[in-house]
Amino acid sequence: MKKLLMGAALLLGTAASAQGLLINGAGATFPFPIYSKWFSEYNRLHPDIKFNYQSIGSGGGIKQFTDGTVDFGASDAPMTDEQISKASDVVHIPTVLGADVVAYNLPGLADLRLSPANVANIFLGKITKWNDPAIAADNPGAKLPDQAIAVAHRSDGSGTTYIWTDYLSKVSPEWKEKVGKGTSVNWPVGLGGKGNEGVTGIVKSTPGSIGYVELIYAIQQKLPMAQLKNKDGNWIKPSLEATSAAAAGVQMPDDFRVSITNADGKDAYPVSGFTYLLVHKDAKDKAKGTAIITFLRWALTAGQAMATQLDYAPLAKPVREKALQKVDTLTVQGTKISAK
Amino acid sequence: MENGRPGAENLGDRAFNGILWVLGIMILVVAGLIVLNLALVARPLAKDHSIWGFITQTRWDPVEDHFGALTFLYGTLVTAAISIALAVPVAIGLSLFITQFAPTKLGRVLTIPVELLAAIPSVVYGLWGLFIVVPWLRESIEPWLGKYFGWIPLFQGPPIGLGYLASGMILAVMILPTIVSVSVEVMKTTPETNREAALALGATKWEAVMMAVIPYSRAGIVGAVLLGLGRALGETMAVTMVIGNTPQISASLFAAGYSLPAVIANEFAEATSNVHIGALAGLGLILFATTFLLNAGARVLVTAVQKGPSRVRG
Repeated sequence: MKKLLMGAALLLGTAASAQGLLINGAGATFPFPIYSKWFSEYNRLHPDIKFNYQSIGSGGGIKQFTDGTVDFGASDAPMTDEQISKASDVVHIPTVLGADVVAYNLPGLADLRLSPANVANIFLGKITKWNDPAIAADNPGAKLPDQAIAVAHRSDGSGTTYIWTDYLSKVSPEWKEKVGKGTSVNWPVGLGGKGNEGVTGIVKSTPGSIGYVELIYAIQQKLPMAQLKNKDGNWIKPSLEATSAAAAGVQMPDDFRVSITNADGKDAYPVSGFTYLLVHKDAKDKAKGTAIITFLRWALTAGQAMATQLDYAPLAKPVREKALQKVDTLTVQGTKISAK
Repeated sequence: MENGRPGAENLGDRAFNGILWVLGIMILVVAGLIVLNLALVARPLAKDHSIWGFITQTRWDPVEDHFGALTFLYGTLVTAAISIALAVPVAIGLSLFITQFAPTKLGRVLTIPVELLAAIPSVVYGLWGLFIVVPWLRESIEPWLGKYFGWIPLFQGPPIGLGYLASGMILAVMILPTIVSVSVEVMKTTPETNREAALALGATKWEAVMMAVIPYSRAGIVGAVLLGLGRALGETMAVTMVIGNTPQISASLFAAGYSLPAVIANEFAEATSNVHIGALAGLGLILFATTFLLNAGARVLVTAVQKGPSRVRG
């Protein structure tokens, strides 16, 4: 019996000492693949620091961060003023860029073009057939079938929806008034799919359907993507470069809470958005706070190179530098952590 | 219970009795706590919504924080109704076949795939529905129904595959094993003498079953159907994958809809405003109440009918 107890104590002891530092985070599903890669790479470089990230959604991330149950949060949509009032020491650090593309299922039509007004009217339910004259005007010479448009959208709350509805609110006053923007909205028409996978599934299996999905899903699932007209009036094919271009031309505010949909810039893709990590301005826990700061520096430098491998758009240089400056202002128990 | 020695036996009996009472009451307490907890979470909803307003309105708007449960209640009831309508005849027929008409060995073999159906996870049913049932409905069944029965409002509208009909069909397959397994057990308990008496009086095999087996197992069958109904009302993953997730009320079975558990599962993780979360908790309460009312109503119906023509149970 005594030997058993001693053995158990020894085991627990070794387990505890081998534990190292565990930092918990939760939030957006969109950047989960790149965060996973970053955390595992960082753990490889620093075996005593482990990050645990739960992709429960942007809203969940904000909530858990505000409640203090996690050390950092992640969200596609920047926190609203109301949310910040409950978590006043939050700092938004942009990490990568994402874009929403219009995926459609029209066999035989390779390059669909949709002007902002048409996109809004399709999602408002005002344009109901593919051979509507408004769509034909965007696509001269294309053979558009006399088929009903089946709209697909997200049934769960998501940052993807936030970026999409933010774009629609900017290009369509009617959308802004009737529906508005948010991670979950009252859709006028359309079928709901759960997650990007759900919408992809609906679009892939329903002929004549149209939906919005994250760029990565469209690339990896080889979905036909529509070209959208950006603010400068150019037709842009969705791509990682066009997404990064959207961020380059934007005037970055100090707190990084900015919407870059419908951005200026001749090559900018109009439905792009940042995804953010939410951290405390002043960390209470010394070890965790220091680890988070050093990780952020790594993610904004070495980590950015891994982004393109996973089909994420890395931050443009000016944004990256500004973000690094912001990280320099983060403190741990009142003191700044200098970059080694 | 009264026979036997007093003293030790009595104490043991009383202790056992007491334990059973506690266990029984615990179930009520847990259910009560669940309801109480949901009600507490749903309190922010009371600011701008009345209870009646919440139940009867259709607008579900997370941006404006204005919510109404009617579309989801409708979807839940419709899909449950379709699943019961499709599953109950098949289930009862299958149970009768297994217990009364099939050779014993075949009966035992048949229960195996039925029990396997019960073991399949909900999300697998959803995938099967999405990839097999929905395209089949969209290409074959719904156009055919629309063509020949399109004059009934139930079968109007564009065939998209996703919708009430798809969810109802998949739910029917999911609740079938529940109803069958309980019905089979109940039918097996019918005293053989009842059946033999009927046969001796000159009844055909079918008449013997109708006279002896069905009335005897009626209450049990209703219980089985209620179990199946309970599962149909609460089923989440399979339904949300094929129902189309559109909060609308439509008379047509081909239309897309939404159900109470589906919307809760979809929106809860990302809901941040307290009113939104409260609304989802409110939906949970409505689901609870619906299940309870349907169960209670069915039991009342059974007792009322039982008091009437069923003279077999005396």
